[in-house]
Amino acid sequence: MSATETRLVTTRLRERPEDSWTFDGARASGAYESLEQALGMSPESIGAEQVAASGLRGRGGAGFPAATKWSFLAPDSYPRYLVVNADEGEPSTFKDRMLLELDPHAIIEGIAIAAFAVGCHLAFIYVRGEFALGYERLTDAVRDAREKGFLGSNIQGSGFDLEVVVHRGAGAYICGEESALIESLEGERGMPRIKPPFPAVAGLYAKPTVVNNVETLATLPHIIAMGGERYAELGVNKSTGTRIFSLSGHVKRPGNYEVELGITFRDLIFSPELGGGTPSGRPVKFFIPGGASSQWLTGSDEHLDAPLDMDYVQQTFGVMLGSGAVMVYDDTVNPALVAWRLAKFFAHESCGKCTPCREGAGWIEKVLYRISHGEGRPNDLDLLFSVGNSISPGVLNAPFTQTTICPLGPSTVSSVASLHKYFRDEVIAMCSNGRPSIPVIAS
Amino acid sequence: MTFTSTNLARAHEIVAQYPKPKSAILPLAHLAQDQDGWLSPDAMREIAALVGETPAEVLGTCSFYTMFKRTPCGKYVVSVCTNVTCLILGGPEILEHLEARYAADADVHVEEVECPAACGNAPSMQVNYEFHEHLNPEIAAAIVDDYKSGVLTARGVSGGKA
Amino acid sequence: MSDKNAQREASAPDLVTITVDGNSVQVPRGELLIKAAQEHGTYIPRFCWHERMKPVGMCRMCLVQIEGVRGFPPACTTPVADGMVVNTLSDDVKTIQDGILELLLINHPLDCPVCDRGGECPLQDTTLAFGPGESRFTEEKRHWEKPIPISDLVLLDRERCIQCARCTRFADEIAGDPLITFNERAGHTEIATFPDEPFSSYFSGNTVQICPVGALTAKPYRFRARPWDLSAVETSCTTCSMHCRGALESSSNRLVRLLGIDSEPVNHGWLCDKGRYGYEALHHEDRVHHPMIRRGGELVACTWPEALDVAADGLRAALADGGAASIAVLGGARGTNEDAYVWARFAKGVLRTDNVDAQLGDGLPATVALGLPHATIADLDTARAIVVLGADLKEEVPVLYLRARRAAVELGVPLIEINAAATGLTEYAVAGLTYAPGEQAETVAAFVGALAGTPSGNDAADAAAAALSGRTGPIVVVVGRANLAEHADATVAAIAHLAELDDPRFLVALRRSNVRGALELGLTPGFLPGRVALADGRDWYEEMWGAVPDAVGMDALGILDAAASGGIGALVLLGADLLADCPDADLAARGIAGAKFTIAVDTFITKSNRDASVFLPVTGWGEQDGTVTNLEGRVQRVARKVSPDGTAMPDWRIAAELALRLREDFDLATAEEVQDEIARVAPAFAGVDAALLRRARDGAVLPLADHADELVLGRLSIPITAASWEPIAPGADLDEADAPDAPDAPATEGATPDAETPDGQTPDAETGVDAAESEPASEPVPSGPEMPALYEWEGGVPTPSRPARDAYALRLVSSRVLYDGGVMTGATPSFASLVGPVELHLNPYDRDRIGVADGARVRVTSSRGGLDLVVRADPGVPAGTAGLAWNLPGSAASGLIDATAPVTDLRVESIR
Repeated sequence: MSATETRLVTTRLRERPEDSWTFDGARASGAYESLEQALGMSPESIGAEQVAASGLRGRGGAGFPAATKWSFLAPDSYPRYLVVNADEGEPSTFKDRMLLELDPHAIIEGIAIAAFAVGCHLAFIYVRGEFALGYERLTDAVRDAREKGFLGSNIQGSGFDLEVVVHRGAGAYICGEESALIESLEGERGMPRIKPPFPAVAGLYAKPTVVNNVETLATLPHIIAMGGERYAELGVNKSTGTRIFSLSGHVKRPGNYEVELGITFRDLIFSPELGGGTPSGRPVKFFIPGGASSQWLTGSDEHLDAPLDMDYVQQTFGVMLGSGAVMVYDDTVNPALVAWRLAKFFAHESCGKCTPCREGAGWIEKVLYRISHGEGRPNDLDLLFSVGNSISPGVLNAPFTQTTICPLGPSTVSSVASLHKYFRDEVIAMCSNGRPSIPVIAS
Repeated sequence: MTFTSTNLARAHEIVAQYPKPKSAILPLAHLAQDQDGWLSPDAMREIAALVGETPAEVLGTCSFYTMFKRTPCGKYVVSVCTNVTCLILGGPEILEHLEARYAADADVHVEEVECPAACGNAPSMQVNYEFHEHLNPEIAAAIVDDYKSGVLTARGVSGGKA
Repeated sequence: MSDKNAQREASAPDLVTITVDGNSVQVPRGELLIKAAQEHGTYIPRFCWHERMKPVGMCRMCLVQIEGVRGFPPACTTPVADGMVVNTLSDDVKTIQDGILELLLINHPLDCPVCDRGGECPLQDTTLAFGPGESRFTEEKRHWEKPIPISDLVLLDRERCIQCARCTRFADEIAGDPLITFNERAGHTEIATFPDEPFSSYFSGNTVQICPVGALTAKPYRFRARPWDLSAVETSCTTCSMHCRGALESSSNRLVRLLGIDSEPVNHGWLCDKGRYGYEALHHEDRVHHPMIRRGGELVACTWPEALDVAADGLRAALADGGAASIAVLGGARGTNEDAYVWARFAKGVLRTDNVDAQLGDGLPATVALGLPHATIADLDTARAIVVLGADLKEEVPVLYLRARRAAVELGVPLIEINAAATGLTEYAVAGLTYAPGEQAETVAAFVGALAGTPSGNDAADAAAAALSGRTGPIVVVVGRANLAEHADATVAAIAHLAELDDPRFLVALRRSNVRGALELGLTPGFLPGRVALADGRDWYEEMWGAVPDAVGMDALGILDAAASGGIGALVLLGADLLADCPDADLAARGIAGAKFTIAVDTFITKSNRDASVFLPVTGWGEQDGTVTNLEGRVQRVARKVSPDGTAMPDWRIAAELALRLREDFDLATAEEVQDEIARVAPAFAGVDAALLRRARDGAVLPLADHADELVLGRLSIPITAASWEPIAPGADLDEADAPDAPDAPATEGATPDAETPDGQTPDAETGVDAAESEPASEPVPSGPEMPALYEWEGGVPTPSRPARDAYALRLVSSRVLYDGGVMTGATPSFASLVGPVELHLNPYDRDRIGVADGARVRVTSSRGGLDLVVRADPGVPAGTAGLAWNLPGSAASGLIDATAPVTDLRVESIR
């Protein structure tokens, strides 16, 4: 049986492609019904009972249990803020952008439920600056929701007040890191903060702050609607529910697929209703399972048959499901070239705060450039690995550590570690021959 | 530069949205850039005055973000992705083509950018932050030309509608 | 004192035990690990962390291992916790240190041979101690244009920068001048200023000092010396009355650098630029190196015996001619305590004149300056509130401004400002009461009333009162002479109101370097050394000195008035530049002209002393040992670092020489002997003798009996690791090896720091208390009069008249600015471009009413005179007033002021 989508969060935008982003279209397909239901519940029970029971984990990358995150908010400390992380920038991740453009009311509904649950009256949506359409649709949706009484004061007569400010970023990947996002929202350079204190204690304007991802919030209405326990029946182990995976690269059917957690990478990449396999029919050489920050997996059966289970892949292979992006590369691809482009990305996006990341990413990029462009030197891979160790000590021996404040540093080393693990001989040969080797397949 | 009276009114509204004025630096910089096409020193000075910070602080913040152009850059900002999906699906070739084609065109600013989240339909680019996907070099150039001739227009949203 | 001990015990830090590299140590709970380890001898390498700034954890050099903690936490952001076991020496930690340094160096230019920092560079030193032996980086390094000026004093080399943010954090957190910033991102991150807006902070030099590489260099020092050619002494800066501690360095008998020393009670390691670079004036070509006497209308060089004889003859003639009352001594606030004391003894005990004034009509009465209940600078930190009554601290006492700003911003002490125009502190004030000149006292009365619960009808006063509610501690009042165009009586009357508050303590922020020392030591009419009123001390000093003046004398304005009408037979100008500093220029000019015989005791020829009969050149700061007393009454040492180029003498020695010529032998051979005499005879200085001053790390606050428990005796055992970039502890082991061996060097001065601190002595506060109590320095006098009591202010000030307001007139506010038209500023080449333009600041409303644009010239007229000025709109100047900087070159504000009038009203007309 081939794997298929399991739609919750993507139901509306798939079923009403003509007007899913409008208030009327969204409302006609059930928007704000969960909010109305939630406003009748006790705020505490939403987090402590429904969301906790659902097992919902953050969809932004770290996979931290949502209810637990809420529970860390410093008690009796007000005002407190809800900040929505809509700064989707992890390369090859494009699920949040879809939600922003096609179902902004689901996000707003989720925000209202979360804000009600944690006692927040001012929420900020930090939208990636480049998402012009998403920003427009979201600001329109906030305006409409306010007009219809789902935001603003005394929402639906419940006595609950909530204002939402849509805030546009301006081009900085690091602002997807929650403390950098808060800095940016305060009008600063988006540099991650030293933790502790964590945002739940001292976040935006030094007030208790919860930062949630767009998809996480868009899932809340479904948890309220179906009940946390029923939601938890979906998925596998501690990876409950569904997730949207952004599938790209060498697949026949790239795109966003919402699937039940627990299906395998092979299902996702090869199922005719999902990725559909490589367009060329060539074998998958490697794939990046959780966004650019993750270490890689290969086309081996062991890797392809691994379930989409956050803990399993972390513990077994030291990789993460991260932001839910899966990039697939067939065997024509020079892995060093991909590694170089990723290093270039991280070198460009380093905030510059920590020495190892600021300086190391640039150095790694330079060495990977020469390797991938045929000018590698015999000991370059060892040099890379050594420099990588200065950023991410013990990078091959998960769990690795880091010498930087935030995970961007180690992310830079992920591709280096992956080259080391899976393509060592190929890269060394490349450094000797000056060119990558692409296998010839008789067909 | 100075904010137009409409934009100045909008600027005050934006500042008022935040518990602390400094938060308005990014939105105000977007507003200024949408008005002028770039973020001039004068604009940063005016923003500094609006939020009660020094111009140096505004510069420090704004220079961190790649979208803010601190030199005049032409009417059309063409952002071509070459990140790891577009990399293997033709992004670099589009970039090369557009860079060569518009090298002498002061109205068109072609830049290489990091993944704008359009990998499902790679390769992609943005023109003034409008997405264009499923490209090849020729289609990409035709789209840019459509902007130049006015067939296509971008929304320019920094003024916001919230 | 028992109260204070109890307080200290109550606030004794809660200690926890941690283990660092196997050594178990007790440290205050919550202290940052990097500091706790350092205090116990474990130096964890670092670049971005600075003790006086908030940690940012950026450079990642201080990563360590802590048992039970995953990964490598930075020691600079990790507070200690009980039982913490820390490893700073493991192989993993060493590998990381190696890696971080390699990464820091990949883009560093390694142009050390031509770098000012070379040889004292934290990056060099840390690399040697903790870093890799070689680099594997073979790519092109980052390149930038270098160096670029970021201000008139500081140059930036972006290639050398390691992005530690020390400079930007200093500018923002400490100075409140966020004019430098990180620009761009990632590997392109650089330090930058905004285009055309330089880092024109009064404190910019501190960024050079704390820069861990040679990225920031100071124009005055750049390429002037190699660090290994420098030697240093610890001293106090006497540019203003704050007396920041510094390490003064010279090479080849030339002062080349002053570095801030981290004195907890005073300057926290910071200096203002005027203090830091003012040493240039010492070596100015116009310095007078030899005595001169007037011959044929010209001052011509002569020998010291000739000059002293001429001076003594002049004094004798005046005594014979008009008696003691016909002799006057003006100035003395720029010298040391020893200078002030010996001159006071000479003037009052030998010449028997009380016409002596260290202030020049530009300060506050000595009764106020000496007699009010005193605050220490540190009291700002724990005050119920800080009330700033006048004086723009940022312009007049810049590092006191830093301390007040810190108390307000970091420690949350409510700061209330009462002033005639906006100042540097205005933006940090929780409430600001603005008054028009002439209405100071009633504004203060409204504030005092509001505090007492009387509705004042003044919103700002009510807001100020509200800010204080629920807070405890003293109210620290910072008072100075904010407006030279308003009579000092107005401020005195305002002070009288503030003195009625509950537990008020005053910091009298008079600007001129040792003005407090000079007043304490009797260079003011009506007082004798040691804060003793003439009447109270008559018996005592007759016993000590043999004679005292018969009656209370005149103050500076009185003396000038008398001189103008021919009543002064001999006038001594002790570094007094009356034409520049006296608020009434006309009076000063007439006074100078009217004095029959003038003795100039100075370092430079000025407009005020150029007609003197005899010129006696004196040593300047850096050329003379001694002590000074800062605005809180803290006596600290100043040190000689270089020898004067000519035969200049210390002021006090000149006084002693003149006394000898008038048949009085003071028998004082060294500054330390003077200190011992002061401690013996001057009541406020009881116990503050040379032996104590040599050992008191932070000096001693007067009177010692009230502050003995604050003494810290002995020298620190932790040496300086790099010359300057870390806070330098006072008493640190500065190299005094090649301090000049001047011919008159007292024998006791040769003692090394080690010899002064007996081996095995534990330098701590406890020792200080014991020492102070067990070794009273002043021997009980066997018989005769008792030592008189210290003077205390009794209030009773005449209510100043409130002059009527002319609707067409603007009331003048004339305040000092940091870079002024003074002789020392003028003799400092680095300041030439920093002196601001002379402009009349008007409220935009008034400017528009007069109908002129910024930059237009207007005619300004007062009852005293008129001049043409350029206009500038300034919302910080309230409507109805006009701001004109007091002491800019040529501003001639003093030409508009009648010093005897309550206020100065101006007519301002556009010039068509």
